Amino acid sequence: MRLLVNKIFLALSILSALIGLAFLGWILATLFLKGLSSFHFSLFLDDLVDGGLRNLIVGQMILAGIASLIGIPLGMTAGIYIQEYGQGRYASLIRDLSDIMMSAPSIVIGAFVYALIVVPTGGTSGWAGAVALAIMMIPVVINTTDSMLSLVPRELREAGIALGASKYKVIIDIVIKAAKVGIMTGILLAFARIIGETAPLLFTSETSNYFSLNLSESFPSLTVSIYDLANEPEESSRDLAWAASFILTVMVLIINLTGRFITRNKK
Amino acid sequence: MSVMKIKKFSFTYAGVDHPSLKSITLPIEKNKITALIGPSGCGKSTLLRSMNRIHDLYPGNKYDGKIELLNEETGKFENILEIKKENEFIKLRQKVGMIFQKPTPFPMSIFDNVAYGLRIAGIKNKTELKDRVETALKGSALWKEVHDRLDKSAMGLSGGQQQRLCIARAVAVKPEVLLFDEPTSALDPISTGAIEELIVELKNDVSIAIVTHNMQQASRISDYTAFMYLGDLIEYDKTENIFLNPKEKQTEDYITGRFG
Repeated sequence: MRLLVNKIFLALSILSALIGLAFLGWILATLFLKGLSSFHFSLFLDDLVDGGLRNLIVGQMILAGIASLIGIPLGMTAGIYIQEYGQGRYASLIRDLSDIMMSAPSIVIGAFVYALIVVPTGGTSGWAGAVALAIMMIPVVINTTDSMLSLVPRELREAGIALGASKYKVIIDIVIKAAKVGIMTGILLAFARIIGETAPLLFTSETSNYFSLNLSESFPSLTVSIYDLANEPEESSRDLAWAASFILTVMVLIINLTGRFITRNKK
Repeated sequence: MSVMKIKKFSFTYAGVDHPSLKSITLPIEKNKITALIGPSGCGKSTLLRSMNRIHDLYPGNKYDGKIELLNEETGKFENILEIKKENEFIKLRQKVGMIFQKPTPFPMSIFDNVAYGLRIAGIKNKTELKDRVETALKGSALWKEVHDRLDKSAMGLSGGQQQRLCIARAVAVKPEVLLFDEPTSALDPISTGAIEELIVELKNDVSIAIVTHNMQQASRISDYTAFMYLGDLIEYDKTENIFLNPKEKQTEDYITGRFG
C-alpha cells in the first residue's frame, strides 16, 4: 500500500513538472520560431524609425545601467547596514519594508515615479524610467547583500577584529570579500530582472522611435516598444515585436547563465 | 611573573540575569601556557574572550572587576576593561592575539593573510613585510609547505594548514599574549599534534592561555591549569598538581571523568 501511494505521488509530481516545463517550452519555442523568422542583423544597425531595434536595445541598456548605478550602491550599503550595524527593531523594520517592496507590483512603482518625477517635471523622461527601475532593484540588492553577509561566519569577523582591524575595515576587507560571489550573482539576477521590465517604464520613460542619449526626454525602451508594436495592426510591426522579444529573452538568458556560471565556478 | 592579572572579574551576557563568570581571580604567567578546562558552559571561553575584549563586538554585556595587562615598556599593569578608544583597542588586540576553534583564513592570498595584521599596524615597507611574513610562517612550521605558493588563496589549504596560517597571522604582529579557543577541536589527530608542538614552541616568545575540552591536551602542553565550573574558578595550580594531586573534590571528579 505504501509503495503504491509512493508511486502515485511520484507519478503526479512528474506529471506536474512536465506540465510546467511544457508551457515553458511552448513559450520559448514560439518565441524562437517567430522571433528567428523575423530576426535580421540589420535590426542591430537601424533605429525603430527605419524598421530596426538599435535605439531600443541601447536605450534599454542605458536605462538598466543607470538604474544599477543608483540601485546597487544604495541596496548594498543598506544591506550592509542591516546585517553588520543595525540592531533590533530599526534594522528589522528596514528588512521588512524591503521585503514588502520586493513584492510590490511593478506598475505601482511606475505610478509612484509618475507622480514623483513625471508630473512635477512636466513629462516622461529617461531619468524617471531609470529611477523606477532602480526602485525595483534596490530591495533585491538589499535582500541578497543581507542574506549573503549573514552566511559569513561570525568567527571570520572576530578574527579580523582580533588582529586589531576596525569594524569597517573588517567589513570591507574580509566580510564583503567572503560574500562577494553571492552578492555579485544576486546583483546580476537583479539586473536581469529589471532589464525585462515594462510596467515601471510605461508611463515614466515611455519609448522613442529615435536614437537618443538625452535622458531628460522620452527615452527609447525595448520592452515598452514591444508592447506598442504588438498592438499595431500591421503584420510587419508584430514581426518586429517578435524579433525584439527574442532578442530581449536571449539577453536575459545570457545574464542569468553568467550568474549561474560565476556561482558554480566559485563554489 | 605574570603578564596578565584577572581580578574579581564577573561577566554577564546581554539579556541574561545570572552571571556567566563570578568574581574570577587568575594570573596568566609570562612565557607559560595556562590551560582553562571545565565542562561546557563553565565560562572558560567567556573568560578567554574577555582577555582581548572581543566581547565588545556585541553590545549589552556587563562586567565588573579588573583584567590587567603588563605594559612591557613601563613595567606597570593597566586595566584593559577601561579601554574606550578605537586606537587603544587596536593596540590591545595587537598585544593580545587570538586563535579560534574553526580555522578562519581570510578570503585572500596566503601572504596577504599573514600580512593583514602587519599592514593594520602600519607596516608598509615591502621588504619588511616580506621578512615578517616569512619569519611568522617559519615560526608556525608552515613555510616549507607554502613558500612556493604565497600568492595563492589561503582557502585552498587543508584545515590543519589553515589553523597554522591563523597562528602565523597572529604571531606576525608580535603579540605578548596569545589566546587559543579550542584550537584543535576541528582538526584530525595528526594536525592536532602539529598544533600542540607549535604552541609549546611559541611559549618562548609569548604567554599563552588556551581553552580546551581535551584534558590530555591540557596535561600534555600546559604549565598551569585552571578548572572552572558554572562560572566559578574552582581550582588553579600547576598542571601536574591539578592532574595528580587536586585539592578540590570537584576537580578530581572532573579530571577522572566522573562528571562533565
